[in-house]
Amino acid sequence: MKKDQTLGEALRLKGISRRGFLKFCAATASMMALPPAMVPAIAEALEKARKPSVIWLSFQECTGCTESLTRSSTSTVEELIFDTISLDYHHTLQAASGTGAEDAREASMKENRGKYVLIVDGSIPISNPGYSTIAGISNEDMLMEAAEGAAAIVAIGSCAAFGGIPQARPNPTGAVSVSDLIKDKPIVNVPGCPPIPVVITGVLTHFLTFGLPELDHLGRPLAFYGNSIHDRCYRRPFYDKGLFAETFDDEGARKGWCLYKLGCKGPTTYNACATTKWNDGTSFPIEAGHPCLGCSEPDFWDAGSFYQALSTPTGDITRNTLYAAGAGVAAGAAIAAVNRKHRSSAEKRHEKVTIDDLEKESKS
Amino acid sequence: MTETEFLQWVRGPLFDIATIIMVAGIIVRILQILLLGRKRNLAEAKGSAAAAGLRTIITRSVPDRNTYRRSAFTLTTGYVFHIGLFVVIFLFAPHILVFQDLLNISWPALSTPVVDATSVITMLALIAVLIHRLIDPVKRFLSGFQDYLAWLVTFLPLITGYIAFHRLAPPAPTMIAIHILSVELLMVLFPFTKLAHAFTLFISRWYNGAISGYRGVRS
Repeated sequence: MKKDQTLGEALRLKGISRRGFLKFCAATASMMALPPAMVPAIAEALEKARKPSVIWLSFQECTGCTESLTRSSTSTVEELIFDTISLDYHHTLQAASGTGAEDAREASMKENRGKYVLIVDGSIPISNPGYSTIAGISNEDMLMEAAEGAAAIVAIGSCAAFGGIPQARPNPTGAVSVSDLIKDKPIVNVPGCPPIPVVITGVLTHFLTFGLPELDHLGRPLAFYGNSIHDRCYRRPFYDKGLFAETFDDEGARKGWCLYKLGCKGPTTYNACATTKWNDGTSFPIEAGHPCLGCSEPDFWDAGSFYQALSTPTGDITRNTLYAAGAGVAAGAAIAAVNRKHRSSAEKRHEKVTIDDLEKESKS
Repeated sequence: MTETEFLQWVRGPLFDIATIIMVAGIIVRILQILLLGRKRNLAEAKGSAAAAGLRTIITRSVPDRNTYRRSAFTLTTGYVFHIGLFVVIFLFAPHILVFQDLLNISWPALSTPVVDATSVITMLALIAVLIHRLIDPVKRFLSGFQDYLAWLVTFLPLITGYIAFHRLAPPAPTMIAIHILSVELLMVLFPFTKLAHAFTLFISRWYNGAISGYRGVRS
C-alpha cells in the first residue's frame, strides 16, 4: 500500500467488496453501541482515512496480546484494515531485526512526528532498567522517546494499562503502567489478559473514524468496557434465581448455572467478553465453565483467590470468631469481677438507718 | 490505593477487625449483664420462673391488641423493617456465603428480585420511622444522638447495597467495598449502642416473664 492511498482504495485493491466493507462498518457501529445512522459516517471516514503510522512497543509482556490480535482463525475485514495501517515497528512481527529494526522505528518517529499512534503492550520496569531492554535501550527511555512525538497512545493488555502480572506482589522489577509514566498524552487503555481481538481493532477503527473514543475513569473505551461481565452474562438468570454451581463437577455445573460461588469476578469486571466473545464469537471463559478472573481490572492478580466468592471475607473468619470469643469471655469476666467488687464495696459503705437513728432524730 | 486494593483491604484486615470487635463486644456485654447477678429470692416460688420466661419471649413478640390500636404505625413499620432486614441479610445468596464461611452451613436463597423488592420496602419503612421520630413530639423528646446513629448505621448498608447491586454509582469494585465498609461500621457499633437489643431483648423478656412466673402471676 502506498503511503498516500486511502483505506478505501487499499481495501478495494485487496478484493474487499463494497458490501463486505459496509457489513464491517455496520458491525463496528453495533459493537461500539452507535446508532445505525452512523454506519455511513463510519464508511465515509474509513474510506477517506489515510493510513496512520503505528509504532508498537512490547515491554515486559508475554506476547499474548500480539497472539490475540494475529491468531484469528479466518481472514477478516478487521485484519485487512489492520494490514493497511502502516505498522512501522513491531519487533515480534517485523522481519527486520537489530539495528535495522531500530532504524525503522526512529525513521518513522521522525517522519510522522506528532501524527503516529503508539501502541504499547507490557509493563515498564523502573526499579532497575536492566530487567528489560531492547537493543540496549531501557523500556522507560524507549517509551518516553516514542511517546513524545505520538498523537495518542493505546495501552494494549493489562500489563501496559495497569501493570498487570509483572506488577503483582512483590513486583520484583518495579513494574509500572504506561499511564504511571506519561501524563501529557491521550492514553486509551485496552486491558485484558489478553484483550479481545475485535476490541483492539475496534478501538483502532474508532480512532481512525472519530478520533479518541469516550473513556471510563480507568481510561477504558466505554463502548467495550461500559458493562460488567455479570450484567451481560448469559448465566445471569441463574444468579437471579439463586441457582449456583457449588463445585466444578456437580449438577449445577453440568446444567450451566451461575459460577458466583466458584469465585466468578464478573460482577466487578468490565469487559466485552460476554457480548463479543472469543474465537470469532464462539464462546468466552464463563461459557466454557470457568469463572471470570477479572483480568481487565487493575491488580487482578492480587485480588485474592480466583476461586473464592466475591462477597466472602478473605481472612479466616472462623478462627477470628473463636479468638474474639475467647478474648470476650476473658474481658467480660474481668469487667464483671470489677463490677461485683464495686457493688459489694458500695454495699459495705452504705450506712443503714436504724430505728434508734430515727428515734434520736425525733427526740432532738 | 487502587479499587481492587481497596476492596481487598475491606474484605481482609478491616473485616477481621470488625468481626473481632463485634464478637468480643457481644460476649462482654452479655457477661456483664449475666454475671452482675441478682439477689437470691427468699420468697417461696408460686409458679415456674423458666416456663413463664420462655412464654413471655414468645408472647411479647406478638403485638398486643390494645398496644397495636394505640401505636399501629410504629408497630407496623417496626415489623416491616425488622422482617425486611432478616430477608435481606439472611436470604440473599452472596450474604449466605459469608455465613457459610463462618458456620460451614448453608441454606437456600431467595431470588434476587424478591430480595431487591424487600430491600426497597425495608428502606421505605426505615425512612418512615425516621420521619415519625422527627415529627412526633414524644418520640423526638425521647430521642438522643445514639438513636439517630443506630438508624444511620442500619440504613447505610441497605442503601449502599442497593446502589452496588443496581450499579447506580460505578465503579463496581469501589461500590461493593463501600457496602462492606458500611456493614463493618454496623458490626463495630452493634454491641455498644442500642442495636445491642438484638441479643439483650431475649434476656429482658425472659426476665420480665420469669419474675412474674415466680410470683405466680401473669406477665
